[in-house]
Amino acid sequence: MASGSEDTFWTQDPEVAASTDVELLKRAWRNEKASPEILRFEEPLVERVREQIELLEQTVEELRAEGKDELMISLYQMDLDRTLYLLRSYLRIRLQKIEKYTIHISKTDLWGRLSSQEQAFAQRCIIIMKEHLEQSVLGKLPDGYKDVLKQSLASEDDDMVPEPPLDTFVFCKSRGDLGPFQLDDSVYYMIVHRCKNDYRLVQKHMEDGSWALVMLLIP
Amino acid sequence: MAGQSDPHVSLFSPAEIEFFAEDEMVDIVPNLRVEALNMICGDYGPFTPQIPAKVPLWLAVALKKRGKCAIRPPEWMSVERLTQVLEAERDSSREFQPLPFHYVEITKLLFHFAQDDIPDMYLVKSMVEDIRDVRFHKVELGLETFTNRTQAVKLKNLSAMEANIIRPFSVRALQAFYKHDIPDVASQTAATVNRPSMADRGPRRTLRPR
Repeated sequence: MASGSEDTFWTQDPEVAASTDVELLKRAWRNEKASPEILRFEEPLVERVREQIELLEQTVEELRAEGKDELMISLYQMDLDRTLYLLRSYLRIRLQKIEKYTIHISKTDLWGRLSSQEQAFAQRCIIIMKEHLEQSVLGKLPDGYKDVLKQSLASEDDDMVPEPPLDTFVFCKSRGDLGPFQLDDSVYYMIVHRCKNDYRLVQKHMEDGSWALVMLLIP
Repeated sequence: MAGQSDPHVSLFSPAEIEFFAEDEMVDIVPNLRVEALNMICGDYGPFTPQIPAKVPLWLAVALKKRGKCAIRPPEWMSVERLTQVLEAERDSSREFQPLPFHYVEITKLLFHFAQDDIPDMYLVKSMVEDIRDVRFHKVELGLETFTNRTQAVKLKNLSAMEANIIRPFSVRALQAFYKHDIPDVASQTAATVNRPSMADRGPRRTLRPR
């Protein structure tokens, strides 16, 4: 493979130094965007970022009151805006996924991946959706077909509940040498940069933790 | 509740990719004094006139827009380096040359805001465009090699913007192959017991013989 020095000249790889909270939040957002199912809520990270945002907001207020240099204030404001945007995007993509798969999440252990506010949101979503479906459609269907979760009384499972597609393809980017990587029954070498593969395999790596250290879902 | 996959949830817009790229570090040469900046994303400065400093691209562009600094184009953005890359891209029909992950976004921002800081700007700009064209042509050729047996595709050295462009299409193409092909796979695996293992590998890109 290409020698180390050549590679590091070209690829200023920010993923290697994902130490700041902003970097971590960026990574959380990307992973959330790229994966079909909802991931664990990064409670401590979000808390820390919230605190830093509040602190910076106060600082900017003080600087404005003191009549400090316009340039500095606007630069701090930009940093603030960028961080807020990042945080909002992360929360927003999670809410979108929750809205899409509310019932499925509430019935599986994915529920544990939501924050308490998200859980409250999901509860209300379910109630509203059920009411709406019952009033507009289900109440008018013949008996035996009125259930929100099942197609008909004959269904054994809740087959009207959409599930996130776990066999979809995803893009990943590895952060370094992974060495041979088991993919279905074949062995692939994934060295640096990208590959696309079945999300379930990626999920396996996510679960056993080797994921967080080596691979990165890429939009 | 049709359960059709909803692509727009998982897509990044080009603007969002640019947002990521704006955190890349660049060198600037400020022309004024600025106190140290303790930001959420990091600590920068203090800035002294004529002393180069490293800042994130968004900060560099903000300062440049206000006429407070000059941006030093990164080393890889020189005519010499880009010529090497362009030749190498043209020579190898299946491989991508290593380039910074966000080269598209970085060059675009610098061309837009820091024209006067780039020596031979027009030449550099046309070279970057050529590089993008050659690379994307390779991407398109590679997309044609997808078949029902493609399980994974390795794209070494693809850049952020290029990946983002092909991601929706290629994911749905592979999904469609997978969805429409499951019965075939079942019958194939039975039939391939007698065939050599070559048939199972499926086409793949940029696999270097070892």
